[in-house]
Amino acid sequence: MTNHWGDIANADVILAMGANPAEGHPAAFGWIMKAKERGAKLIAIDPRLTRTGTKADFYARIRSGTDVAFIDGMINYVIQDIEKNPDNYNMLYIREYTDASYLINPNFKGPAELDGLYSGYAGQLNEADGAKRKYDKSTWTYQLDENGIPKQDKTLKDPNCVFQLLKKHVARYTPEKVNAICGTAKDSFIEVCKAYAETGKTSKAGTIMYAMGTTQHTNGAENIRAYSILQTLLSNMGVAGGGINAMRGESNVQGSTDYGLLYHILTGYLKNVVDSDTTLTKYLERITPTTKMPKSLNWWKNTPKYVVSLFKAWYGDAATKDNEFAFNYLPKLDSAKNYSFIALFEAMAAGTIKGLMCWGQNPAVGGPNSNLERKALENLDWLVGIDLWQTETMDFWKRPGVDSKTIKTEVFVLPALASYEKEGSVSNSSRWMQWRYKAANGPGDAEDDLWIANKLMLKLRELYVNKGGPGAGAITDMAWNYGDKPDPNVVAKEINGYDLTTGKLVNNFVGLKDDGTTSCGCWLYSGSYTEAGNMAARRKLTQDTFNIGLFPEWSWCWPLNRRIIYNRASVDLDGVPFDKEHPVIKWNPTKGGTGGWDGDIADNAAVPLSADAGVLPFIMVPNGQAKLFGPGMAEGPFPEFYEPWESPVTNQASKQQSNPIFKIWRPEEKGTPDEFPIVATTYRVVEHWQAGQMTRNLPWLVEMQPEPFVEMSEELASEKGIDNGDKVVVESKRGSVKMVAVVTKRFKPFQLNGKVVHQVGMLWHWGYTGLSTGDSANLLTPSVGDANTMIPEYKAFLVNVRKA
Amino acid sequence: MELSRRDFLKASGLGVGGAFLLGAIKPDKALAGPPQALPLKKKIGETTSICPYCGVGCGFVIDSADGKVLNVEGDPDHPINIGGACAKGAALKQVGADNPWRLSKVLYRAPNATKFEEKSWDWAITEIAERIKSTRDANFTEKDSKGNIVNRTEAIANLGGAALDNEECYLLSKMMRGLGLVYIEHQARI
Repeated sequence: MTNHWGDIANADVILAMGANPAEGHPAAFGWIMKAKERGAKLIAIDPRLTRTGTKADFYARIRSGTDVAFIDGMINYVIQDIEKNPDNYNMLYIREYTDASYLINPNFKGPAELDGLYSGYAGQLNEADGAKRKYDKSTWTYQLDENGIPKQDKTLKDPNCVFQLLKKHVARYTPEKVNAICGTAKDSFIEVCKAYAETGKTSKAGTIMYAMGTTQHTNGAENIRAYSILQTLLSNMGVAGGGINAMRGESNVQGSTDYGLLYHILTGYLKNVVDSDTTLTKYLERITPTTKMPKSLNWWKNTPKYVVSLFKAWYGDAATKDNEFAFNYLPKLDSAKNYSFIALFEAMAAGTIKGLMCWGQNPAVGGPNSNLERKALENLDWLVGIDLWQTETMDFWKRPGVDSKTIKTEVFVLPALASYEKEGSVSNSSRWMQWRYKAANGPGDAEDDLWIANKLMLKLRELYVNKGGPGAGAITDMAWNYGDKPDPNVVAKEINGYDLTTGKLVNNFVGLKDDGTTSCGCWLYSGSYTEAGNMAARRKLTQDTFNIGLFPEWSWCWPLNRRIIYNRASVDLDGVPFDKEHPVIKWNPTKGGTGGWDGDIADNAAVPLSADAGVLPFIMVPNGQAKLFGPGMAEGPFPEFYEPWESPVTNQASKQQSNPIFKIWRPEEKGTPDEFPIVATTYRVVEHWQAGQMTRNLPWLVEMQPEPFVEMSEELASEKGIDNGDKVVVESKRGSVKMVAVVTKRFKPFQLNGKVVHQVGMLWHWGYTGLSTGDSANLLTPSVGDANTMIPEYKAFLVNVRKA
Repeated sequence: MELSRRDFLKASGLGVGGAFLLGAIKPDKALAGPPQALPLKKKIGETTSICPYCGVGCGFVIDSADGKVLNVEGDPDHPINIGGACAKGAALKQVGADNPWRLSKVLYRAPNATKFEEKSWDWAITEIAERIKSTRDANFTEKDSKGNIVNRTEAIANLGGAALDNEECYLLSKMMRGLGLVYIEHQARI
């Protein structure tokens, strides 16, 4: 989240889309209700009238997978209104804090001109050849002046300026088009646009709260880009009650991502090293952005300090200037390969992955196309599962329908300790690192993951010291001194970082250097555990200066305990807040003698923009200004609507049916509407959680929600002769499940361009292991992923339904 | 007489094993001073924690004695949930050691076997480390076909874990890179 949970109460309009916070993040819903008490409006956009929808002031129904069409439609409405009523918008923000004025290469062409594609596509429309499903982005560039600075038209009228190109791009997404694609009634759609566009005023803030319904699509990343564009045009970024607020689903998925447990990143989102990074210098050049834009801080220019400090944390004295700080010890990615979850299981299915360690994850239930994962596991020589509970992944070799005697995989199950049986920290969705303590003992021989990882590494180091092996230095030279029972406080301090010349903890990442004199496990968390103590353990409820609910002394958040990111965008060029009632920061010319910022930790502490030493607000963007035009995206700089891989209709926005870039792993597994005419989505219930091992073994929760169900409209049920409570079979091209039918008014058939299309929703928390067993919807979901992130398209695929 | 949960906790004294009984006050008299702490036979410790489920990060108070969980409820001092709990948080007591479904032993399934057997930690750590080493060594690429130093293995994958502590995630990230893994993924991807 750019903002935080309690900040929701500062919003005037809350847009909940691709999420059902009433059930997915119930405590947070209290803050939505608090906002409503103050007069705020809640908009819920969802294929189903969820519990969130029942509390909404505006509910708009959309077909799963059509989010970009809806949001581009909203952007269309807002742009037209900006031109008609500029006084209702923050034109200063749009002109000075965004790239709206930048001029783009005149050879750049978009979907409005190219039937759904952008300039530079290697293939044809609806290209099937994987080698041709890519873009040459050389036309997706800025026009630069003689100093290398993007040319700008601050009047926003030049036909090649970003504002005009965006306007042209979204012009196709009229209310009629939104109705044809999404199935949303025109008046519902326009009501939502009107209500949300109100937040364009400087005195009003709108927040977008979203979750997996937005991300789990082949077009998922563009869905979020669309939100960013909308929020930027409405000057909602960096303000109280605004922002892009991803509601993350696990207690520490924020932390696990921050610490680089994904193949493409090291800690702190530093890009991982690849084969062509032949030297540290080359690597740093590749990953460190530069800018010519005056007054742009370009904070990522500090990358070398964070990289070298990380290498010092990992290799200690073995990382020196002479050996490029142990650079070559790091495993380098094959730059032609993708190593993400779907690719990982494809490699396992092909037999190249022989061993798997699985820490508190249950891919046999949580991954897409479950049969694929479960079968792939059979190819492993060995599997290590570490969890509090037995899982389907640990039990894959005895799952229903297989003969254990034919499966050779060795399986090790290691019992782990629960959250309150150990000490350490977790980072919530709003970047708050919260320390927690051991309250009770675990069962039997259970140990915590810190202890387990340490034991394994100690043993491995012993083996490599005694017996040697290829690349042994990477293991034996690693700085690994945690004793027999690692102390999480020691690890947290390593993460914070040290000044190696004094042995003292650094105050924060501003003190980090690229010359090997500092160490830091993760630059983002630098400042969390300093000489002043464990900042994450703080429990003070002091209010912030402006009373906007920041709780600056409760726990610690990254970066630098800054609670609202990009908060320089909440003030004008002189540092005066746009919103007088809910200021985030405010320039105080007498503070500390020479002046400073009151309120939240300013993002960044430089003087206001109007002064010579002032800086632009979007400090993590090389040019310092928010990007409406995003050339870094795989499938286009503006979000374009494409149908999901499996779709019941032809694309009404263009001739390009589905996303032209995403990788199609198994084309033979694509279901077609003649066989599978019903749109399916997956979702969660409050009583169960993810792949189920943490909830399906708890009697109270099983009592409340005993089995998986498929929810459908009364109309569909009537067509199929299904009564509420009947057992039904749901099938896709990939598999079949049996579930209870829940027949409700919450789904309604869609009218799409004259065609009736039904949608159903299914739960996926179940599997064949544990107190409560059943089928997972993931037996049906497709293993295709987003073109940028490879997140699977769990949220929109095709099925058929019949009585069992 | 209205007492907020916060007042109740403060009155009873956190972790001191005292208790405040409403009946000990005369019902017709207003509370003139701090309530008396009455000693109980058992010492009850209260420890603050953060929920292991979703990403809201609600605070909980775990009441325990002799290493066992007695009760779990929302932390009234936590600024996000202010003592509230959803169904999952409210069930946190059942995550504890008393739940018979909790794994309490190291288990091993041999090739082609039809069931798990119990093992010791020492045995498992040694066996797992040996398998990691032999798989890694047999499938380790020091230089790729272009002669670039890559020092990686593509034969071992590491998945997890979005519910592990930050300090655990950090050590796993460090350890797995030290071992040369490139297939490092977890729930954030899916």
